[in-house]
Amino acid sequence: MGKTVPLTIDGKDVEAASGQNILEVAHEQGIYIPTLCHYSRTTNVGACRVCVVEVEEAKSLVASCCMPVSPGMVIRTNTPKVRDARRLIVELLWASGDHNCLNCEQNGACELQNLIYWLEIEKPRFPIEHPGYDVEKTNTMIQRDLNKCILCGRCIRACNEIQVNEILDFSQRGSRAKVGPAFDTDYIDSDCYFCGECADACPVGAITFKQARFAGRPWELKKVKTTCAYCGVGCQMDLNVHDNRIVKVTGNRAYEQPNWGSLCIKGRFGLDFVNHPDRLKTPLIRTEKGGELAEATWEEAYAFIAEKLTDIRKENGPESIAGLSSARCTNEENYLFQKFMRAVIGTNHVDHCARL
Amino acid sequence: MTNSVEEIEFTDVILATGTNTTENHPVISSRIKRAVSQRGAKLIVIDPREIDLVKYATLWLRQKPGTDVAVFNGLMNVIIEEGIFAKEYVENRTEGFEALKKVVEKFTPEYVEKISGVPVEDLKKAARLYAGAEKASLLYAMGITQHITGTDNVKSCANLAMLCGKVGIEGGGVNPLRGQNNVQGACDMGALPNVFPAYQSVISDEARVKFEKAWGATLSAKPGKTVVEIAEAAHRGEIKAIYVMGENPLLSDPDITHVEAAFKHLELLVVQDIFLTETARLADVVLPSACFAEKDGTFTNTERRVQRIRKAVPAPGQAKADWQIISGLSTKMGYPMSYASAEEIMKEIALVTPSYAGITYERIEKEGLQWPCPNTDHPGTRFLHKDLFSRGRGLFHAIEYIPPAELPDRDYPMILSTGRVLYHYHTGTMTRLAKGSMERCPESLVEIHPSDAQRLGIQDGQIVKVTSRRGTLQAKAKVTTRSDQGMIFMNFHFHEAAVNLLTNPALDPIGKIPEYKVCAVRVEAA
Ligand code: SF4
Ligand code: SF4
Ligand code: SF4
Ligand code: FES
Repeated sequence: MGKTVPLTIDGKDVEAASGQNILEVAHEQGIYIPTLCHYSRTTNVGACRVCVVEVEEAKSLVASCCMPVSPGMVIRTNTPKVRDARRLIVELLWASGDHNCLNCEQNGACELQNLIYWLEIEKPRFPIEHPGYDVEKTNTMIQRDLNKCILCGRCIRACNEIQVNEILDFSQRGSRAKVGPAFDTDYIDSDCYFCGECADACPVGAITFKQARFAGRPWELKKVKTTCAYCGVGCQMDLNVHDNRIVKVTGNRAYEQPNWGSLCIKGRFGLDFVNHPDRLKTPLIRTEKGGELAEATWEEAYAFIAEKLTDIRKENGPESIAGLSSARCTNEENYLFQKFMRAVIGTNHVDHCARL
Repeated sequence: MTNSVEEIEFTDVILATGTNTTENHPVISSRIKRAVSQRGAKLIVIDPREIDLVKYATLWLRQKPGTDVAVFNGLMNVIIEEGIFAKEYVENRTEGFEALKKVVEKFTPEYVEKISGVPVEDLKKAARLYAGAEKASLLYAMGITQHITGTDNVKSCANLAMLCGKVGIEGGGVNPLRGQNNVQGACDMGALPNVFPAYQSVISDEARVKFEKAWGATLSAKPGKTVVEIAEAAHRGEIKAIYVMGENPLLSDPDITHVEAAFKHLELLVVQDIFLTETARLADVVLPSACFAEKDGTFTNTERRVQRIRKAVPAPGQAKADWQIISGLSTKMGYPMSYASAEEIMKEIALVTPSYAGITYERIEKEGLQWPCPNTDHPGTRFLHKDLFSRGRGLFHAIEYIPPAELPDRDYPMILSTGRVLYHYHTGTMTRLAKGSMERCPESLVEIHPSDAQRLGIQDGQIVKVTSRRGTLQAKAKVTTRSDQGMIFMNFHFHEAAVNLLTNPALDPIGKIPEYKVCAVRVEAA
């Protein structure tokens, strides 16, 4: 532990760790400071300024996410001056985009919407200007509606600092600034890897998952934590379920190891197979060699297999039977499978295809 | 992995060999890229292909496919020659150093350059960088294992790491990245012909007696056959029935034609899967199973972390979880299995599997635990071999270089290497139904170097014919310097261009892994 830094925050004397910023200290103390552009595990850029607080003897309000603590600091996080400043910022953001929540996918899960409510803003004092961008729908995975973008830059930092995929950036500066892949192209024409980190990072409805469009509102979705079924990283993720269907997959940074919310295209967009019409739904038996596979009941299938296996074992011994288990099945299933081959059939001819 | 995924980000030098991490383990590749771009770590890539990681590498050694042992021996030659190995570590914690030293003696950088094409100076720089690092993590994947010398390659990785004292420390280690989600778990659970759960040998009387008691059955002391051997035995008619759970060996095995013929010989083929795969089509009985989103259970990831999967949606039709199907069949065969839940099976696993003894569903509800976890108070193990190797001292293996089984010649002048792409997985059963993946990568491509393409009169996007001693196929060419001259690369996700019609089934004698990374082919415009 380094040296501690004594300071006062909302009238409370606290010891902060040196190197912490005001926002971190406040959160540790259970004091809420709103944020928009701040995104943990990425650089604090101080872009939105909704996290401003009053610091005694400072000339103006300071952005708490970028201001390191210093000894003797006296901080106030919720004065009328602070609230006015935040309101002004949020009203400007509201007015500068097409924040029509009625059909927005993020309705109910939007950080801007929450902030407007928390700050008790009836309506912005400025006229709303629709930026007039086309909604990008050129691919089946990510939908980009820059009319809702608040230019917080979280998507850019998520792409470059967390995934290090280096696809997104601001394409112009100032009020016409735009976020997107290089040369202002669509996602599908860029080198984007479709990891979806940018969509998870976006606080509003500007970058969303295309396949989830109109498939369920945030409060209707049940999130089920699970482990990705593709590669050996074993990413933790949330299946978002509505009406017994997986609507989308989201990362969850609170799950920490091993992936801290990051995913890749396979875990993120690779689950169309679950609901595919070609899924096998009933046992099938080919009663005669050369014949066709025909639907059967479980009872019939078990009986058929049990009889054949018993006969083959009787005639040729247990060594004439082999089992291939699977690196895609669970531990419990692999355990049971080898137990079955060893204890019930009586052979060690059991392997899986992972060498391949 | 001996170490944890997280540690990769906080190490000083990363040596990545035979792992195209950005495509096969994308989330781990982010850790590598962050280590390099945000923490100043140095990356050494040893790979015949110009994979994306090369962009982040301080050094890239482009060896000829299949010459890995020579390159590793060369690195060790430099390290021993220059006296920069971990002398104390070697003395106190290892054995077999003298024999190793003797073998690597002749692998001078000049000799290694002749074999592998890696320039003398690059080899020296890489050796110094790795040996000189305080912490260095060695990562490898199928590019190391899918050779007839796969086991030798793996041992060479271990040799190098031990020689430099990079094992048993945080941020160090020898770290195989597992390709499929639960390879680690399948092995841990004894889905292997020679071991029971937790690698307890079937020939050990003690282990067998233990399992005979636990399972109430007489068990065979004879080690079984591996996948490829099973297919061969089926071909010869020795194996008459095969029960396949969740695999599609028809597309993943080397030399498909042979496997198909073998499977057709069987008296009984049972396939349990979520789709009617190529293998299931040949089956006498097909059993519909639930997919990972429709059942409870655990997977063990590449860093030995046992993590939950949870039922989120109902299985279609009458499909059942694989564990329910096995239980049903077993009961029918007179050995009742009446587990009420996956959790109950895990309780049994913990009883017979020492490394999983401390793992319960309750403990892994929030975050998975890394084995070994010998009791319910144990916090799990982030990195292995902290004090001593499992067998005591770490053993060096002196390894000679053996060239690949099939080298290019007049009739088949190029080398074919196979692998995966970011957008697909394994035989494509799942990802080929993903709209997004198909949008990004709708077909198999033959990656070929521009100079070869020009010589053969092949344009980018043109259909080419690829022929090996075993078969022939057609696919579109992609002209790119990712492939070295004289080498092409294809993925194995597409049955339309099933690359395992071409690959060489020659096996590593110990690991029994086929040589997917090297076979000789002829390429021509179709
Ligand atoms: S999907 Fe991933 S790679 Fe593509 S822009 Fe978003 S964060 Fe970057
Ligand atoms: S798209 Fe979303 S995350 Fe990116 S800058 Fe706009 S509001 Fe922020
Ligand atoms: S999301 Fe991607 S990186 Fe993560 S486990 Fe799945 S396949 Fe692997
Ligand atoms: S959150 Fe601090 S400036 Fe945006």
